[in-house]
Amino acid sequence: MTTSSARTPAPPAASTASGPSAAAEPDVDLSVDLGGVTLANPIVTASGTFGSGREIDQFFDVGRLGAVVAKSITREPRQGLPTPRMVETSGGMLNAIGLQNSGIEAWLAEDLPWLRERGIPAIVSLAGNTVDDFRVLAERLRDVEGILAVEANISCPNVEDRGMVFACRTDPTREAVRAVAGTLSVPVLAKLTPDVTDITAIAAAAREAGASGVSLINTLLGMAIDPETGRPRLGGVTGGLSGPAIKPVAVRAVHQVHQALPDLPIVGMGGVTTTTDVVEMIRAGASAVAVGTATFGNPMATLEVLEGLRAWLAERGIERVADLRGTVRLPG
Amino acid sequence: MSSNVTPRGSEPKAHGREEGPLRAHCEVLGVKPSGSFWSLTLVAPAMAERARPGQFITLAVDVGGATLRRPFSIASVSQQGPRAGTLEIVFSGVGQGTHWLAGRSKHDVLDVVGPLGRGFPLPNRQVPALLVGGGYGAAPMLYLARTLVARGHRVDIVLGARTAEQIWNTVEAKRVASSATFTTDDGSLGTPGRVTDVLDDVAARAGTEVVYGCGPMPMLAGVSRWAAAMGLPSQMAVEEAMACGTGVCMTCVVPVRRKGERRNVRACVEGPVLNGARVDWDAVRSPAMAQRELDEEAG
Repeated sequence: MTTSSARTPAPPAASTASGPSAAAEPDVDLSVDLGGVTLANPIVTASGTFGSGREIDQFFDVGRLGAVVAKSITREPRQGLPTPRMVETSGGMLNAIGLQNSGIEAWLAEDLPWLRERGIPAIVSLAGNTVDDFRVLAERLRDVEGILAVEANISCPNVEDRGMVFACRTDPTREAVRAVAGTLSVPVLAKLTPDVTDITAIAAAAREAGASGVSLINTLLGMAIDPETGRPRLGGVTGGLSGPAIKPVAVRAVHQVHQALPDLPIVGMGGVTTTTDVVEMIRAGASAVAVGTATFGNPMATLEVLEGLRAWLAERGIERVADLRGTVRLPG
Repeated sequence: MSSNVTPRGSEPKAHGREEGPLRAHCEVLGVKPSGSFWSLTLVAPAMAERARPGQFITLAVDVGGATLRRPFSIASVSQQGPRAGTLEIVFSGVGQGTHWLAGRSKHDVLDVVGPLGRGFPLPNRQVPALLVGGGYGAAPMLYLARTLVARGHRVDIVLGARTAEQIWNTVEAKRVASSATFTTDDGSLGTPGRVTDVLDDVAARAGTEVVYGCGPMPMLAGVSRWAAAMGLPSQMAVEEAMACGTGVCMTCVVPVRRKGERRNVRACVEGPVLNGARVDWDAVRSPAMAQRELDEEAG
């Protein structure tokens, strides 16, 4: 696999020693605050689209990103759902993985040490089907070093609530977030589903329960059927829709939550593929922006939008990316 | 390396490493019909140097609404002669993405990632090898055949498909292998029936000691079961719907038994070549498997 000795050093963030003909790249402050921790830049990975980090590190130094959000981990290893787990749809894809992962112990033993050794800011994503699952996972992380923040993936079915997703209602949202935020000292981000009537009420409940911020949005629940065989195209029957098709839904959710709770940090995600998608998310109110499905189509996608964002800001003379946050100009 | 500004038609030495996958913009050397399939050759010297039989590349396709790359087994690489530094894929051209690829021209530039995945492990000894391909699964089999023959192995090839038109490159199969046997469901070429119908005869004649396969999952299941029954090791290049090809999306999993436990392993990184005896074929639920079940229900 990769060796750190063979690594190409990252180019300097800003050039001051370039020749007279070269346009010196102006300094752009890309740092952002995420609920009390500072990211060097706002580009992060969406959980479940970046593996452990090592897979994409074959293509570029993933330490250049603001943070790597790991694939959601559960108390025990999970084998997930039968295939087909993926079907491409217009402007995106459906997936039904069933949270296949090696469990928290394997993640702590195998994946976190690599991230720490490389100095990569790590955000852990936790998933569970009971409030107790979230509490146990958080307790296991309490004394673990090298974790920047925790994302509570509460867009999972709650077996104690007839399988309804935690983040579909305010009370289960509070309970699950409290189980994590009440246990840990690092910032906790609640990852919310857009499949709700009023996402601002869920975000407010997460914040009341101690969330330092929210991740918006998880996939939308979708389905596809083979017209000839009549069978669902996914082994899991229904699955999560992601990709450019859902970006307007994500921008809307980020906008609504930012308008309702202006000082709540938001990690915006959902179909982000291009530099201008990132700008759109930040203008809507995102503090940081996660790239997800775009990494499937292009392993360099996160790095490309990071460099694109720097150039976009520089071209417009915007010195701090944080100044762009919430700059949507509403009519009236 | 400054990443996104890759010049047209050039491969970066990504990350300064000598192995593993690269992402590059590669020039098309040519696209041509090949039997009832299409052959596309790319100028990709670094990928050609790293590639092994059984590995694959992914290509970005510009068709409406498609955001995912298309995976293709590597059919050949050339490191010498007029086509040195090139890499070839073979595809059907039936789907939207491959139809678009069939319409590319010389000098067009494609966005390529590869080589990806685990290729075919090669035997340590010069044992006779039986290579079984279904449809355009013949392409990586012929790449493997040339590699094995160059290493001094006896190679016997069996290619099968529904009809004669769907068997790729019978000429090359006959040229490279000690024997080439063809089967078709409709009897339009070779022996009527499936590849598994002829394996006993070919193996007895060839003294087969190792079996390789590439093709639809139901065929691989049949070949693996036959090899297991014969006590022969088998290595199968599986196919499963995949979104990323790089190991991050967890969609292309195949159930494998290890130490008595069933695990879902990623076809794109732990595979696509898997030990046929370890794959839990009864638990594979690919669309091809479902289609085979439907066909059998319908008689």
